[in-house]
Amino acid sequence: MPIQIAELEQAVRDAFPVEHLQIEDQSSGCGENYFILLVSQAFEGKTTLARHRLINETLKAQITQMHAFSQKTFTPKQYQAYLAKGN
Amino acid sequence: MLRSVLQTSAILSSSRNPAFRRWLSQEARGKIQAAVEASPVVLFMKGNPQMPQCGFSRAAVQVLEMQGVPQEKLKTYDILEDPELRSGIKEFSEWPTIPQIYINGEFVGGCDILLGMHQSGELQSLLEQNSIIPKISGESSP
Repeated sequence: MPIQIAELEQAVRDAFPVEHLQIEDQSSGCGENYFILLVSQAFEGKTTLARHRLINETLKAQITQMHAFSQKTFTPKQYQAYLAKGN
Repeated sequence: MLRSVLQTSAILSSSRNPAFRRWLSQEARGKIQAAVEASPVVLFMKGNPQMPQCGFSRAAVQVLEMQGVPQEKLKTYDILEDPELRSGIKEFSEWPTIPQIYINGEFVGGCDILLGMHQSGELQSLLEQNSIIPKISGESSP
């Protein structure tokens, strides 16, 4: 069964204080290739590896069913800087 | 140690519950440990550097190339050729996706992290610190 964006969003919102969340299905509809961008205070003081591990853990059940999964993680401050750079 | 305690209890519960996540045997774990330490830079990927079988693996290979990681310091494993390694490495690294990069036996991350570190300059420093690529000093060389 394909994974729904709503399911991913709910799981992320249940686990993190969300400042900004973007979920894209990059599979052209088959539900097996997702990109997630999450901005959260929870990432403050954590390395990228630790942040990605948190997301991997949160979405463990869904990720195993996907073909591909990629993510970007920011603290609110980092996200401001990221946007300021024209991203 | 924690790991062996975890393993013992997991073996017990997995025999009761077949749906329980399969845990690595001591032997499989030892093999993977040797694999991640086989070279200063180790990449677990789909396909090989000449013919990557996935865009994420291709990106990882390209980043390592751009960083100038010498071939003799890089070892790649094609997880498509080894189903045991494929599932084993995910469990070993506690990381759900391929590719996976190790530097001097230390797990660095997957494709997203490698790309991010490449762009921020962290990867270059890490490779320099581990004497995998020569340090390029700020001053111009003659």
